[in-house]
Amino acid sequence: MGRVLPTLQKQHAPLASGAEQRATLATVPLARSFKEALAQSSLYPLRATGVDILQINVGKKCNQTCRHCHVDAGPDRTEMMPRDVMEKCLEVLATTDIPTVDITGGAPELHPDFRELVARSHAIGKHVMDRCNLTILLLPNYSDLPEFFAEHQVEVICSLPHYRAKQTDSQRGEGVFDESIEALRRLNAVGYGKPGSGLVVNLVMNPVGAFLPGNQASLEREWKRELEHRHGIVFNDLYTITNMPISRFLEWLEESDNLEGYMTRLVNAFNPGAARGVMCRNTLSVGWDGQLYDCDFNQMLELGVAGDVPRSILDFDIAQIRHRKIVVGPHCFGCTAGAGSSCGGATVN
Amino acid sequence: MMDHYYNAKDLARFSEIGEEAGPLWQKFNAWYTAVFADGALSEREKALIALGVAHAVQCPYCIDAYTESCLENGADTEQMTEAVHVAAAIRGGASLVHGVQMRNKAKQLGM
Repeated sequence: MGRVLPTLQKQHAPLASGAEQRATLATVPLARSFKEALAQSSLYPLRATGVDILQINVGKKCNQTCRHCHVDAGPDRTEMMPRDVMEKCLEVLATTDIPTVDITGGAPELHPDFRELVARSHAIGKHVMDRCNLTILLLPNYSDLPEFFAEHQVEVICSLPHYRAKQTDSQRGEGVFDESIEALRRLNAVGYGKPGSGLVVNLVMNPVGAFLPGNQASLEREWKRELEHRHGIVFNDLYTITNMPISRFLEWLEESDNLEGYMTRLVNAFNPGAARGVMCRNTLSVGWDGQLYDCDFNQMLELGVAGDVPRSILDFDIAQIRHRKIVVGPHCFGCTAGAGSSCGGATVN
Repeated sequence: MMDHYYNAKDLARFSEIGEEAGPLWQKFNAWYTAVFADGALSEREKALIALGVAHAVQCPYCIDAYTESCLENGADTEQMTEAVHVAAAIRGGASLVHGVQMRNKAKQLGM
């Protein structure tokens, strides 16, 4: 794989801090605040409807440094979920009816206990999702992951911003496209994406720039046709995800003088239907240190769950957390623009 | 009084053209939306055609709008540049093919 960039944290850049990111976003003049947009759609205060997905961010270490990364992940990050926190996550899964565990990072596979988390979650009947950067599957100690994923029926959600190399490498690093294609071939080889296999591999595309993703269904048809025609790759679904104006993408928006225009675009595209379906309403996000957040984006902005609810997984109480009030900010316009955006792609047709 | 004819921000005011012709604007909007929906051609292919036409009719608003639309729909600058060349080729060809008319007329008038 090609050049790996230093993270914002490594550079001691101000935007490495969640508070600085929030302050930067607060300077952008908007036609209305997110709270006002919700209120005008009779959705304020936004409340959780339950916890269907426990999204566990096991750490910020990654073998890539994508230019749009909202985690500021990279090889130089050292944050890793400690043992007691992971055990507590497993206990919460075992003692609640939360059906799905969504494992993310960084590259979550780099966590030394990743396989145990997957295996034990699967063993207690949970649906396990892994957010995979694909290139990790080519590293020497991780090349057996496709077989491991298949054994535990893991739904693999892979990042691939485009079916052509230029855009993918522009966003994710030189050489990433070719390695991603090889990784997808290996997933296909064990049955992922093949009809009747029951093994699901979904692709995630983020726009390579300051614009919204297009129609998910239309893009999926093109992605399927092109990836099969060019590379013989098959997959299940394509998820379109809007780039969130935080962390490294926020830095790029500022540097490229796109910040105000991008935020205006998001605000103008506010869709009440998308707001009703935002993922934070049925997802609970756990940070590497056990802190609880409404979503992975709030996690990176250091916006913990609010109100009279437990702040850490170590004090977890499903009754208190289930219908909590969601913490919102201007970045939330990223999930409500156009057809909406979530970890499962568009939220409205 | 404006001292120039085009303002990029006017694109966002497009709907004002419907203020005194609401029913016509609504019909245009419905038809326009249907035209660009996925069909026998994908939204990406339609956006590329629109980008080419935008250059042919030299509409700066359309160029801004369909550059963004092309990117949103997964086109890249290589494809978009080729679409502009298609538009330019048709414009250039349209001029050149009229040269036959010129030659016909010249032949008629000449000895």
